[in-house]
Amino acid sequence: MSYLEYNVKTVPTGIRKVLHVNWPIVVLLTAIASVGFLMLYSVAGGRLETWAEPQMKRFAAGMVGMFVVAFVPIWFWRNVSALAYFVSLVLLVAVELFGAIGMGAQRWIELGPLRLQPSELMKIGLVMLLAAYYDWLDVKKVSRPLWVAIPVALILLPTFLVLKQPDLGTAILLVAGGGIVMFAAGVSWWYFGTVIALVVALVFAVFESRGTEWQLIKDYQFKRIDTFLDPGSDPLNAGYNIMQAQIALGSGGWAGKGYMQGTQSRLNFLPEKHTDFIFTTLAEEFGFVGAFSLLLLYALVVVFALASGIANKDRYASLLTIGIGSTFFLFFAVNMSMVMGLIPVVGVPLPLVSYGGTAMMILLLAFGLIQSAHIHRTR
Amino acid sequence: MRRSPKDSLESARKISRRALVIGGVQAATVATLALRMRFMQVEQADQFRLLAEENSIKIRLLPPARGLILDRNGGVLAGNGQNYRVVITREDAGEVEEVLRRLARLIPMTEDDIARTLKEVMRRSPTLPITVADQLRWEDFSRVAVNAPALPGITTEVGLSRVYPQAGDFAHVLGYVGPVSDYDLSKIENPDPLLQIPKFQIGKVGVEGKLEIDLRGKAGTRRIEVTSTGRVMRELDRKEGIPGTTLQLTLDRYLQNYAQARLGNESAAAVVMDVRNGDILAIVSSPTFDPNLFVRGISSADYKSLTENDHRPLADKTVQGAYPPGSTFKMVTALAAMEAGVIDPGETVYCPGFTELGNRRFHCWKRGGHGRVGLSQSLEQSCDVYYYEIAQRVGIDRIAAMARRLGIGVRHDLPMSAITEGIAPDRAWKLGKYGKDWQVGDTLNAGIGQGYVLASPLQLAVMTARLASGTDVSPRLVRARDGVPAPDPAPRPLDLPQDALRAVRKGMFDVINNQRGTAYGSRIVEEAMRMAGKTGTSQVRNITKAERDRGVISNDDLPWNRRDHALFVCFAPYDAPEIAVSVVVEHGGGGSAVAAPVARDILLQALYKDLPPLSAYPASQRDRIEAQRKDMNLLPRTDSQGAKSRA
Repeated sequence: MSYLEYNVKTVPTGIRKVLHVNWPIVVLLTAIASVGFLMLYSVAGGRLETWAEPQMKRFAAGMVGMFVVAFVPIWFWRNVSALAYFVSLVLLVAVELFGAIGMGAQRWIELGPLRLQPSELMKIGLVMLLAAYYDWLDVKKVSRPLWVAIPVALILLPTFLVLKQPDLGTAILLVAGGGIVMFAAGVSWWYFGTVIALVVALVFAVFESRGTEWQLIKDYQFKRIDTFLDPGSDPLNAGYNIMQAQIALGSGGWAGKGYMQGTQSRLNFLPEKHTDFIFTTLAEEFGFVGAFSLLLLYALVVVFALASGIANKDRYASLLTIGIGSTFFLFFAVNMSMVMGLIPVVGVPLPLVSYGGTAMMILLLAFGLIQSAHIHRTR
Repeated sequence: MRRSPKDSLESARKISRRALVIGGVQAATVATLALRMRFMQVEQADQFRLLAEENSIKIRLLPPARGLILDRNGGVLAGNGQNYRVVITREDAGEVEEVLRRLARLIPMTEDDIARTLKEVMRRSPTLPITVADQLRWEDFSRVAVNAPALPGITTEVGLSRVYPQAGDFAHVLGYVGPVSDYDLSKIENPDPLLQIPKFQIGKVGVEGKLEIDLRGKAGTRRIEVTSTGRVMRELDRKEGIPGTTLQLTLDRYLQNYAQARLGNESAAAVVMDVRNGDILAIVSSPTFDPNLFVRGISSADYKSLTENDHRPLADKTVQGAYPPGSTFKMVTALAAMEAGVIDPGETVYCPGFTELGNRRFHCWKRGGHGRVGLSQSLEQSCDVYYYEIAQRVGIDRIAAMARRLGIGVRHDLPMSAITEGIAPDRAWKLGKYGKDWQVGDTLNAGIGQGYVLASPLQLAVMTARLASGTDVSPRLVRARDGVPAPDPAPRPLDLPQDALRAVRKGMFDVINNQRGTAYGSRIVEEAMRMAGKTGTSQVRNITKAERDRGVISNDDLPWNRRDHALFVCFAPYDAPEIAVSVVVEHGGGGSAVAAPVARDILLQALYKDLPPLSAYPASQRDRIEAQRKDMNLLPRTDSQGAKSRA
């Protein structure tokens, strides 16, 4: 399939593309990022330059990147999907070989002034490749075992590399994100049922492997699971983070303690308060009202993304939009579940709000793809 | 490969259906998150809010000001001074050792101090301020303050610390405070949380120790907000503590100072008591020490020199020392005998210089004997044989009972440490203590205040006060608490036979005012102030027969610690007694030569409430007294007000 198949005459060109940008998504993303600036300013104790300012600059750069990506026709992105995936894969291997050690895990490589986290890149690369794969694949073959095995392999390959770093959070996001694209593409329900059964079996195996030589996950991950199941078991160490996060969140109450008045964050009881646990500060300072509002903003982004995906008649564009929207959903859902004690702490940042360079840039570029699909949709 | 439009449409529909399923699952997830949020932030909010407060709000105790101890005229005996100290916080210091070394160039600090502080700092939380040095002199303190920029993490603080402005004068009676120790805590059932404050000062001995609970006061509280590492962010509120009770004692600081100076470096004790109400006006043990040393933490060299001194400066001889009272006990024997009716004041006993009991000879101090002596002469000349005789007649049990009525062999309840009961021995006592029967020889010895009899200077003063007043007056040390005077004691009469008491007092008067009296040299010539008293010389060794035959060695030729104790008790004015004094000079030699002049001088000081006029002394002694005063380093009188109010 080539770009000739697109009815180019109905696709806006030049400056007119601006009119066809999915503006609600842009507004929502800006709103969410602004909440992030507000919170980063607060957790830095009222200092702009610590976190909020760099984050703003990255957001601005990310927005520019998003529009650049958006104005490039979607068929171009379709054609480079495989490339994106394989570049990401190569970088993942490179990280494995030369990556800097940070936070006990090899997660990034230095490219000049850029500090790149290939696992972030891979989340998008994988979705792009799978969307392209299903666009290429005959619709009737979608559920045939051989044609199911190929995308599964494409998902598992980076997943294992990420797990080796080890970065459980990203691994889960990769599997779930890839799975959602496959599901959207129409792969039979049976496969998913089987996989879920297998996951249950795997979880069982993970627990069984504990303490043996072929232990599947690291000790600290086991510890996180333990403390998730019973935070009181280790209140001073691993359980401390979870307990303090929940105290911050719960003590916010209905309307919160007021901006920059959160005792838990201001007095340093909160762990990693500018990254993974930033949501608890928001919940503490703005209460249920603030936390729920942010959740709504996130949900609206997903709603607009899914609506755009459903409306798009092009198979690649549609799958890509649904895949990226769902990946975004997974980000905030996993993060919020984590800080609210619904799932173990796996180290997933809150998208656009948590302090972090690559994650935000890549997310905005991914939304650029959604925009591109939206602007260049067949009409 | 081109897809048929039909295929494309079918595929788009399928994607739409699946996307709706995905959206549905996501909506359900969002709903779950929202519900969880609501549950935690609305339903469980109070619970979490409480936990958040527990996290960040800590309560710190504010030590209250320790109660002052004043003398009877309001002069400060124990106060609270500024304690300049230097603390270090590891978090701010960075290179702790380097900072400490720089600090050591400014204030006196040894290598040991640096090592000890370093260890302490590393052991505690990085945000907790650790005291590096306290009780600093102002010069050192200000030097640290000036150099603060070069000393990161070092802060200067001013707190309160006990100060004893009279230094050694009140060391024994007041005791001293010191930092609370683990040992102190182990003795207390349910310790006041204040005691957990590092280096909190508590009374260790004496009034400070015994009345600790009154003096300590109640802690105030300070609610502070702290970070997770314990750094204090701000104070939320503050409730000041209640200062300890201000104790006004019965002591007179000028009299105490005079008595201390008068005892000099002798190993001695003196007690001055008001016979009318039992007020202890002075209670002095010598040599003394500076209690301020203990507040700061005494150096091992200083402590060693105190413990190794054979004059035992740390012991409070006034209440802890138990001495054979010697002849000062004779009034007890005499009163017991006369109350029992075994002798009357006019009756005489022949003294040949000894009494024979079986094959043992009990000697009088005068080898040639006193001839015929009645009660008055027996006291005046301190004849021993008279008391051998009447002690045998009355028996030990009645002597012991009389001793206890007069305050010997009973524990007087004063807020001081290790108060001795002394010993007023009787048959039951000896049987209980040694499992042996009482012997007549024991009675003879006890009759002259030797043998088993032991009394403290305090008990001797009480005895004298009771003889002087004829009442059961008891010593007291606390005059008022927080300005509320203690109830006036109402001593009851002792029911002694009046003629016997009069005769005993007359005998005591003659001891001093009769030319043949043993203390004639220590008389007071001022008519209105004339005193009565009794000398005592108690042996601390047995004199063997061989020794006696050779001639008893004079005290001056004996090593210090084998010499006799010199004792003297007295009261004045004779006609209307006000003051009783007891003096014991350990290994001083004879009571008349050593103890009596000291007691007389102290008594005069107490009677005049200031240096007495020289005219009160016998004319021949005035030059010597004047010279003696010049040598004494007395506290300058500052409160003319106080002197007036006492007048």
